[in-house]
Amino acid sequence: MNDYQLTHLKELEAEAIYVLREVAAQFERPVLLFSGGKDSIVLVHLSRKAFHPAKIPFPLLHIDTGHNFGETLEFRDTLVETLQARLLVGSVQESIDRGRAVEEHGINASRNVLQTVTLLDTLEKHKFDAAIGGARRDEEKARAKERFFSHRDEFGQWDPKNQRPELWYLFNGKKRMGEHFRVFPISNWTEMDVWQYILAENIDLPSIYFTHERDVFFRDGVWLAAAPFMKLKPAEKVEHRRVRCRTVGDISCTGLTLSTADTVEDIIQEIAATRVTERGGRYDDRRSEAAMEDRKKEGYF
Amino acid sequence: MEPTFSTRAYLNMELLRFTTAGSVDDGKSTLIGRLLYDSKSIFEDQLDAVKRASIQKGGEHLNLALFTDGLRAEREQGITIDVAYRYFATPSRKFIIADTPGHIQYTRNMVTGASTANAAIVLIDARNGVIEQTHRHAYIASLLGIPHIVVCINKMDLMDYREDVYLQILNDFQDFASRIFPDQDMRFIPISALHGDNVVKPSQNMPWYAGGTLLNVLETIPISQDHDLVHPRFPVQYVVRPESDEFHDYRGYAGRVAGGFFHPGDKVVVLPSGLHTEIAAVDTFSGPLAEAHPPMSVTLTLKDDIDISRGDMIAGAGDVPASGCDITAMLCWMNPKPLQPGGKYALKHTTRDVKCILSEVDYVLNINTLEQVAENRQVKMNDIARVKLRTTKPLFFDAYKTNRITGSIILIDEATNETVAAGMIL
Repeated sequence: MNDYQLTHLKELEAEAIYVLREVAAQFERPVLLFSGGKDSIVLVHLSRKAFHPAKIPFPLLHIDTGHNFGETLEFRDTLVETLQARLLVGSVQESIDRGRAVEEHGINASRNVLQTVTLLDTLEKHKFDAAIGGARRDEEKARAKERFFSHRDEFGQWDPKNQRPELWYLFNGKKRMGEHFRVFPISNWTEMDVWQYILAENIDLPSIYFTHERDVFFRDGVWLAAAPFMKLKPAEKVEHRRVRCRTVGDISCTGLTLSTADTVEDIIQEIAATRVTERGGRYDDRRSEAAMEDRKKEGYF
Repeated sequence: MEPTFSTRAYLNMELLRFTTAGSVDDGKSTLIGRLLYDSKSIFEDQLDAVKRASIQKGGEHLNLALFTDGLRAEREQGITIDVAYRYFATPSRKFIIADTPGHIQYTRNMVTGASTANAAIVLIDARNGVIEQTHRHAYIASLLGIPHIVVCINKMDLMDYREDVYLQILNDFQDFASRIFPDQDMRFIPISALHGDNVVKPSQNMPWYAGGTLLNVLETIPISQDHDLVHPRFPVQYVVRPESDEFHDYRGYAGRVAGGFFHPGDKVVVLPSGLHTEIAAVDTFSGPLAEAHPPMSVTLTLKDDIDISRGDMIAGAGDVPASGCDITAMLCWMNPKPLQPGGKYALKHTTRDVKCILSEVDYVLNINTLEQVAENRQVKMNDIARVKLRTTKPLFFDAYKTNRITGSIILIDEATNETVAAGMIL
């Protein structure tokens, strides 16, 4: 490699920073969707870099299912305080209480799908015109077709068959009243890129990404965390295991990995050796072949 | 844990973006599936899903094409609708594939995928040889300024792996290519995507072929010269004003270097004002840099306090881009609503937003025969045409063949906000 060639990770970083600056320039009221997961934490880090020495020029929005890992909330609050950022929380519980969303029942009940209602309501309430998300194209096949700037109609819906062509780095953020954009600055990153970047940049993560002891139970090939609102089938029993999260979402659908990895270096080795995709442990994707495609059309992250 | 994976090597990889072009049934999805599968980029759960689907569809083999299957509508109709992006890595490079559908009605998708690519794979079915579609694919790759074209002659297994078949196609292609784009870097590889010959593993069936496998070529194509490293160009993207006590007077110009080098002390000119000044610093979050070059995202501060906003261009003092309101460009039309001669459109160029009138259509290109159709034909979706535009405010531009960033534009229909055309400035 010669001196004038960036390494792939530096190039991806430069691309993401470019996209973030483009959001700040093209939109009046952008917001960063912050889940407490590693991808959104990397987005926050990139945002700091993009606008330095100024503060991040948009608030963070957390869609709170009420079914969180406690560690994630703690981490979120510390990060917000350090950055002197503005945090908004959209509550799924509130959406349920106000009758905007109906709680799922049964064994596999999850609030994952309900998040969409809360997300769209919150975006509308604050008149946000661009929501920055940490989705990556390598995660899932519906996401492989996403644009950096993804147009959403006034109902927040995605029309995969009628997306705007996106050429070079000329992003078209023009929209009508009531419409908004989802913007994905780390579209071109893979899971390994994210972890290597976390290591290279020394980015802090919530402790649940690292091995810890937890009460868990086994369902359909996935370890899930035991929690008061998680109903067990008769044959299932709670066990105490050493686990970590490979992705972090709502507790009801986040699969846990049996692991001894307790540093970022260990995690990288583990990922390099693993033969299952990151979302392979996501219970929400297993509902059908097109589970993500369907949720995305409705306005999901 | 025993480290088996080298972080040091990973942090030293280059990024190669490539696009794939082939007609329907040329085996494009199979080729991409093969690249992913043989380079061990397929995970077990993906493999299981594809195995299940292959059996369900009654196929005998593992259907590699299913790895690139996307949306439900595509699975149902067995087609690709939109550009999909795929990722894989080898120890030396990370690859981004812009997987675009080949059919003529998707010319716009191919143009989209080609716009950011370093290399294009053009697939030819060995049974059919060079056909009109091949001309179209190669022409678009060249029009979009893709530096390297890799021609893969696929389905060699169905032609008994014969060298004469390969040579005939190679000659036909070169014959046509030398007339259209004589300076284009081209490579030719005989492959069978279905059986894996010369994709990742060298073929045992074609001992007469001495060149590298496709993966080998993708790993070694030189890409360091793919950016314009000569003419300093910095489109101002965003003005950083911290408004804090610590950085009270700080005024930085954030952007991505589009061409050439920028160092502290360099003499620069700011467009459109034409004012001259000097670079004070090249700032980043991690500290100031001695040098910035494409495609780095940095923040420049300047010696003099001049009024600069988004859409302005900082260029080398002795090396300014062309500037003006009259632009001639090759347009690819991308919208079902045809081009309106004399129509007004919003235009995006680097970080600059202007409006324009489409004053003249010089000619429309017959994309399959590459003949110029001079009479006043409508420019419809997937057409490529040479046009003249007049902008409301001047653009600061280079020819697309010199710089893909400062030489490209998109047009937007202001009634629908849709991106209706992509343009390469001549």
